[in-house]
Amino acid sequence: MGLREVLTPFTVWKRVFDEPVTIKDPIGRPGADRYRGFHQNDMDKCIGCGTCETICQNAAIDMVPIEGVEPEKGDSGLRPQIDYGRCCWCALCVDVCMTGSLTMSNEYTWVDTDPDKFRFIPGIDGDWKDDVAGYEREGQRVLSGVERIHMEEMEPEARICNFDEIVAGYTREEAVLEADRCVECGLCVATCPAHMSIPDYIAAVRDQDYDRGLQLLYETNPFSEVCGRVCTHKCESSCAALHEGDPIAIRWLKRHIIDEVPFDRRIELIGQPVEPNGRKVAIIGAGPAGLTAAFDLARAGTSVVVYEALEHAGGMMRYGIPEYRLPYDALDRDIGVIQAMGVEIKTSCRVGRDVMMEDLQRENDAVVLAIGLHMGRSTRVPGTDGPGVEKAVDLLRRITDGEEVPVPEQLVVIGGGNVAMDIARSMARLQKAKYGEVGITLTALEDIDHFLADPEEVVESREEGVEIFDARGPQEVMRDASGAVTGLRTWRVKSIFDAEGRFAPAYDESDERVHAGTMVIEAIGQAADTSLLGEALTEALEWNRGRIRIDDAFRTSEPWLFAAGDAVKGPDVITAVADGHRVARTVMEEFSARQVMQ
Amino acid sequence: MFSFKPDRSQYPAAGEDGKLEIDLETGKYLKLWQGPNHPGITGNMSVELTVCGDEVVKGTTHVGYLHRGFEKLMERRTFIQVFPIVCRVCVPEPDFNEYCYAAAVEDLAGIEVPEYADWMRTLILEMGRFNSYMMFLGGIGGALGLGITGQWMTYLRDIMLDRFEELTGARIYHMFILPGGVRGHLPEGFEGRMEEVLDTAERYLADIDRVMFSNSVFKTRTQGVGYIDPALFEPYGVTGPNARAGGVAKDLRKDSPYLVYDQLDFDVVTHTDSDIWARSNVRRQDVQVSIDLIRQILRKMPKTGPAMAKIPNVLHWKIPRGETYIRGECSRGEYGYYLVSDGSGYPRRINVRGPSYTHAMALLEHMIPGTNISDVAALMVSLHTYPPEIER
Repeated sequence: MGLREVLTPFTVWKRVFDEPVTIKDPIGRPGADRYRGFHQNDMDKCIGCGTCETICQNAAIDMVPIEGVEPEKGDSGLRPQIDYGRCCWCALCVDVCMTGSLTMSNEYTWVDTDPDKFRFIPGIDGDWKDDVAGYEREGQRVLSGVERIHMEEMEPEARICNFDEIVAGYTREEAVLEADRCVECGLCVATCPAHMSIPDYIAAVRDQDYDRGLQLLYETNPFSEVCGRVCTHKCESSCAALHEGDPIAIRWLKRHIIDEVPFDRRIELIGQPVEPNGRKVAIIGAGPAGLTAAFDLARAGTSVVVYEALEHAGGMMRYGIPEYRLPYDALDRDIGVIQAMGVEIKTSCRVGRDVMMEDLQRENDAVVLAIGLHMGRSTRVPGTDGPGVEKAVDLLRRITDGEEVPVPEQLVVIGGGNVAMDIARSMARLQKAKYGEVGITLTALEDIDHFLADPEEVVESREEGVEIFDARGPQEVMRDASGAVTGLRTWRVKSIFDAEGRFAPAYDESDERVHAGTMVIEAIGQAADTSLLGEALTEALEWNRGRIRIDDAFRTSEPWLFAAGDAVKGPDVITAVADGHRVARTVMEEFSARQVMQ
Repeated sequence: MFSFKPDRSQYPAAGEDGKLEIDLETGKYLKLWQGPNHPGITGNMSVELTVCGDEVVKGTTHVGYLHRGFEKLMERRTFIQVFPIVCRVCVPEPDFNEYCYAAAVEDLAGIEVPEYADWMRTLILEMGRFNSYMMFLGGIGGALGLGITGQWMTYLRDIMLDRFEELTGARIYHMFILPGGVRGHLPEGFEGRMEEVLDTAERYLADIDRVMFSNSVFKTRTQGVGYIDPALFEPYGVTGPNARAGGVAKDLRKDSPYLVYDQLDFDVVTHTDSDIWARSNVRRQDVQVSIDLIRQILRKMPKTGPAMAKIPNVLHWKIPRGETYIRGECSRGEYGYYLVSDGSGYPRRINVRGPSYTHAMALLEHMIPGTNISDVAALMVSLHTYPPEIER
C-alpha cells in the first residue's frame, strides 16, 4: 500500500464543484414519447369487442355499458373499464386492440384519496385522454392474423364455360389457419339473424373437432351447407377483424365443417326426434323458412307435412340461386337431413289446386305459410309488355328445371341486386356455350358503391364479361317496327330517394343512353303469389302494404295460420332460417297454450 | 500489515455427524440476523449468523421473504399472458427473463425471429447488463462504507433508464421482447443520446477507478478476502463473473453464441485471484465490454426491417408438445428458462434457472464461516446476487 493509494481517492473531491445531477422537480417531468402511461380510448373507434379484456393477465379490464353508447351492428356498446389497482401497464391490450382505438398517454402521476377513482373508463375519465404522446403500437396489429387465407377458385375463363361450383372450399390446413385469426369477440353472433354460435364453431375448426362443429351448426341452422355457400354473411360485415385487415371468412369455415362430415354421420350426430306429441302441422312452401320450421317441429315430435308447388323442394335456394353458387346435391343433403327427421315433403302439390286451404285447416292443428316471393316485378316502363322482356325469377326457374330458354347474342339486365347478378351470370354461361361470346349489359339505379349485390358478385360478374352501368334508370324498352326488342333507353340517376326517404328517382335527362340488346330481363324484385289463400281467407286476413300482416311471433290475424319467410319478411336465406325457428317456436307455444286452455 | 489471527481454541467442536456443537447458553456465541432489512444485504433475504467474538462461525441463508410463486402463476396463464410476468422475476436485470422466455417459446413453436429483432434484443440485453453492473459497483462500495459510488452509479443507471424509457416505453419493467420479436424500432436520434450516456459513464467510471480501485482501504478489505476455491465452481454451479474471477474463461456469449454475439467483437474478461477484489475488477472491466458492445451494436445493426415475425393469434396460441432450455450470459452468470409444453395453450412447467440461487444460497453459506462480521456484507455483494430470481 503506497501513499498514492491513500491520496488518489481524494482527487474525486473535484466533483464537489459539479452541478447536481438530480432533477429538481421530478413530478412535472414528462414521460418519453413511447411511455406506457395511463390508458386512452377513442370512443368512436372502439367497438367493444373485449379483446383487451381477454388478453389482460391481471383481469384489470371489465367491459361495461356506457351512457350514450348504444349497441349496434358491429359494436357491443360496451367499453373497457380499467382497474389501476390491478393493471401492470404491459400494454398487451393496446397491442391486441382490433381497431387501434386503445392507446396510452405518457402521463404517469395521479393522486387521489378515493381508491375507487382508480377504476376508470379511458376515453371518458382522465385529463390525459387527448394527449398525443405515449405508447401506441407500431403499425398494424401483429398479435392476430390480419390477412384472410385465400380460397382456391376457378379462373373466370374456366368457370364461364359451365355451371360448376366456383369455389373449392378450404383444405384442413387452410381452414385451421383462417380459424386461428378469430378473436372470439362474438360481435358476429349478434349480427347473424339466426344467432349462430360462430366463435364456438370456429373454435371447433381450430381443434379440427368437426363432430362438435356440426352439432353447433345444427343447433341454430339446418341449412348450414347452403349457408356455408350462399349466405349473405352479414356476420362478416360486423367482424372485429375488418377494422385492420380482412374479416374472418366465417361463411367458408361453416362450409368447411359441413364438407368434413359425411351425410350419414350428420344424421347420427343430430340424433332422432323426441316421442310424437300427436300434433299435426301443415307447412306451405319447401323453402328455407318452411323447412326450418318443419325441422324444428319434427324434432319436437310434431307430425309435419310440407306442401311444395314446384317439382323439387328448396324454394328459392334451388330455383333462384344458380348451380355454380349452390350445387343442387349440396341442397339435397341439407333437405335430406330434414326428411330424416320424419318430415314429409309433398312436391308438385300446389295448394289451391291439388289440395285446398280449408282441408289443411281442418286436418291440422296449425298451418304455416312460407310461400316466398316467386312473382317477378316489372319496371312498367313503356315497352315492357310484349315478347322479349323477361322476369329474372322466371328465367332462373326455367334454367333450373332444364327447360330451354331463349338465349340472344346481346341482352340487357335491369337491376343491381344479387338476383340480377345471378341471371346475368347464368345467361352469360348460356351465351358462352351458344356463341362463344358473352354479350350482357347490366344497368342499375344505384351507383357502384351502393349496389345491393354482394361486392364479390359484382367483381365476378365483371370478370365473366358482364358490362355494368351503374346509376342508370330505365325509361323505355325500345322496339323496332316489327315489335322486336332492340334495346333499353336509360337516363342517369341523380338521386333515388326524395327528402322524406321515399322511393322517387330523379334523373338527368340530358345524359341518355341506349343499351343495345334483343332481350331485356327485369330483376328489380319479386312479389308473393297469394292466390292460394282463396277469396274468403284473403278477405279475413289483415294486410300490411301488400303483405300478410304478422306480429313479432309470426302469427297472422287468424289463430290457426302462421306465416314466415320472404313472403312476410325477407330478404335472404339466413333470415328465412331465423324466421323458420321463430315461427316453429310460436306454433309450439300455441300448442302448449291450447293444452292449458283445454 | 495487520493480519487477523483468531484464537481457534474458542471454536465450537464438531460432533460425529460433522455438525457444530453450538450451545448458545454458554454465552460464547451470539446469534445475529443480517437481514431481511439490512443495508448489508442484497435485496430481501437474510443470513443468520452465529458469531464468536467478531468472527462468524456459522452462517445460514434464509429466503422466502419475496416468494411470489411466478412459476406457478405462469402455468395458469396463456403463453402471451406469461410475457408481462417474466420480467418481474428479476427486478434489476429483467430483460434476460423476457429474452429467455421469448426464445424458449419461439424454439418450441418453430418461429424464426427477424434479424432486426435479434440485434435489438442484443442491444437491450447489453443495456440491462450495464445497469446491473451499476447496481453492483454502487453496492460493493456501499458494503464497505464507500457511499459515493452508490450515488454515482445510481445516476449512471438513471440516465441509462432514460434510454430504456424512450426505447421501450418503461424504465424498470421494459416488456419489449415479445415472443416473435421486439415491440418497436429505435427512436430517431437514439444513437446520439446513447453515446452521450456512454461518454458520461466512461468519465464516471474513471473516477470509480480512482476512488475505489486505487483506494488502499478498498484494496485491504477485498484482496485475499472471500476467496472461492476454483475447485468449488463445478459442484456449486458457479458461473459468470464469479467464475471468471477465478480464472475460468467461460462466457456463454463466446462459448455458445446466441442472438448476434457471433457478429460482435469482444474479449472475455478474467482474473486469477478469485477474491472480492478480483470479482469486483472483472465486473468493472465487463462494464467497459458492455459499453463497447452497445457502440458496436448501434453501428452494425440494420436500420430498418420487420421487428416482429408472423405469429399465430396469441389469444389461442398452442405451443407444440416439447421441452427446451434456453440460456444466456447475464451479468451474474448463466440465466436460463426451461419450458415444457404439453401441446395446450398453457405452459405445463416453466423453471427459471437464476445464478443467484446457487451463489447466494449454497455458496455463500459455505463461504461465511471464518469471516469477520464486517466482511459478510462485502462477501455477499461480491457474489452479485438478486434474491427475486432465487424466489420465483
